[in-house]
Amino acid sequence: MYWNEKCECMPREELKALQLERLKQTVERAFHNVPHYRKVMQENGLEPHDLKSLDDLQKFPFTRKQDLRDNYPYGMFAVSLSEVVRIHSSSGTTGKPTVVGYTRNDINTWSELMARALASAGVKKEDVIQNAYGYGLFTGGLGVHYGAERIGASIIPISGGNTKRQVMIMKDYGSTILTCTPSYALYIAEVIKEMGLGPEDLQLRAGIFGAEPWSENMRKEIQEKLGLMAIDIYGLSEIIGPGVAVECKYQNGLHVMEDHFIVEVINPDTGEVLPPGELGELVFTSSTKEALPIIRYRTGDISRIIAEKCECGRTSVRIGRIEGRTDDMIIIRGVNVFPSQIEHVLLNIEEVEPHYQLIVDREGLLDRLEVQVEVSEKTAFDEVKKLESLTNKIRNEIESVLGISCKVKLVEPKKIARSEGKAQRVIDKRKI
Amino acid sequence: MVMRQLSVFLENVPGRLRAVTSILASYAINIRALTLADTTDFGILRLIVDDPDKATQILKERNFAVKISDVIAVEMEDTPGGLDKVLEILEKGNINIEYSYAFMGSKPKKALVIFRVDKFSEAIQYLEKGGVKLITNDEEVWK
Repeated sequence: MYWNEKCECMPREELKALQLERLKQTVERAFHNVPHYRKVMQENGLEPHDLKSLDDLQKFPFTRKQDLRDNYPYGMFAVSLSEVVRIHSSSGTTGKPTVVGYTRNDINTWSELMARALASAGVKKEDVIQNAYGYGLFTGGLGVHYGAERIGASIIPISGGNTKRQVMIMKDYGSTILTCTPSYALYIAEVIKEMGLGPEDLQLRAGIFGAEPWSENMRKEIQEKLGLMAIDIYGLSEIIGPGVAVECKYQNGLHVMEDHFIVEVINPDTGEVLPPGELGELVFTSSTKEALPIIRYRTGDISRIIAEKCECGRTSVRIGRIEGRTDDMIIIRGVNVFPSQIEHVLLNIEEVEPHYQLIVDREGLLDRLEVQVEVSEKTAFDEVKKLESLTNKIRNEIESVLGISCKVKLVEPKKIARSEGKAQRVIDKRKI
Repeated sequence: MVMRQLSVFLENVPGRLRAVTSILASYAINIRALTLADTTDFGILRLIVDDPDKATQILKERNFAVKISDVIAVEMEDTPGGLDKVLEILEKGNINIEYSYAFMGSKPKKALVIFRVDKFSEAIQYLEKGGVKLITNDEEVWK
């Protein structure tokens, strides 16, 4: 089901012409209104008019998360705040948060893209959408919300958490669509079972799940347990939020909203652009964003481009499932965690050395994080209670930085393997 | 009048205690007393050995976390009420015992008890004033 057939099924030649026209405007705007872009373009001997074809985009330098941080909070905005109507941001746990802004047109675009994404999952205005993505600075909740309103479906802005109430509402209000992270969907399924209910007691028909990596096995499980069709959605706040790419009912790759974003896959080590089918880092360029134009943003997400035409009739390229990260970021219960955050906490605790390892596992349906920390000469370990209070102190500090609970385990010195190059900080035992 | 005790941090997994005893055995270091405090994840092995400095050095060389701390070792009559008398002195001095363990010395009819207390020097004062015999690492009870 299409929301905007003209755009979604546009012939590729026409689409490419539209991309180039819009991209030229974006580069022009970025050059003139964002000092960072002007500086890096000039450093590379580039002017906006050097972009004559879509292939010329490859000459332009990449933008990284660090660039957004260096220009915190509004330095990357191409418009004045009087034109900005919305601000979202990352939690900022790895340093300064990344701040993103939207003009009224940007919100319009985003609503349109989310309407397409929901329609792609079969959402109509008769549907009742239970939106269990978090509302707030996180783009998930409001992104779905605006798309649902655009379609005219009834949205229940329940946000995440309070799972028993979620199930009660799902049953009593007759929710037909569920939107949340895939791991939360599985958790909800478990609670439904615990409450003595099953899919037959619910009206669920489709779910749009994203914001963390998942697998085909998880999809099967979610579909069986909730009795719905599970659709994968991709997005990140730096680009716009959810709605950058979404699956259709064929569930075979995510259609990129190419009339608004240009996707490339690069070799993360060399920066070289890779042909369709090859695995590499996803890079996105926005072509219509006003408040925060973004040129060749390195997402850190690993996937591939699928160029073959999809049976659904949409003409856009697709991206495969996200298969990993280029950095050591891990996503635990929907929260982005960088090992460096834990290192930072440990450096500030005198009694231990910053030798640590993160063990991530899934017990039942919930992710568990265990932080192993080596004791050292400086650790006063003669008394159990002192060690226990040290463990608690480390745990409290980590939890307050990450915002998720964890277990801290003290281990013997040199227990954690030292490697020649990059230390293996994360052992992810989850089977997703 | 101080007894020097070794504390070794051990993970609570099979074989870790033996790892320590094997090393000490290979260097002919004799263990005179031992106690193991355990939690879910880790244990603390406390040891009185005949050569604490050498034991510390060889364990550290093998990456164990080892610390020497001062404890009080008391020699008492191995008869009913022997321990009670010592504890009475500590209680009157408002001394808190963090942990304690007992073992037999080589002298007949004598028992040895190790105390780790919060106020170390005060505790020693009270015990000496109360006529309690304190033992050090060099005493002949070890030989």
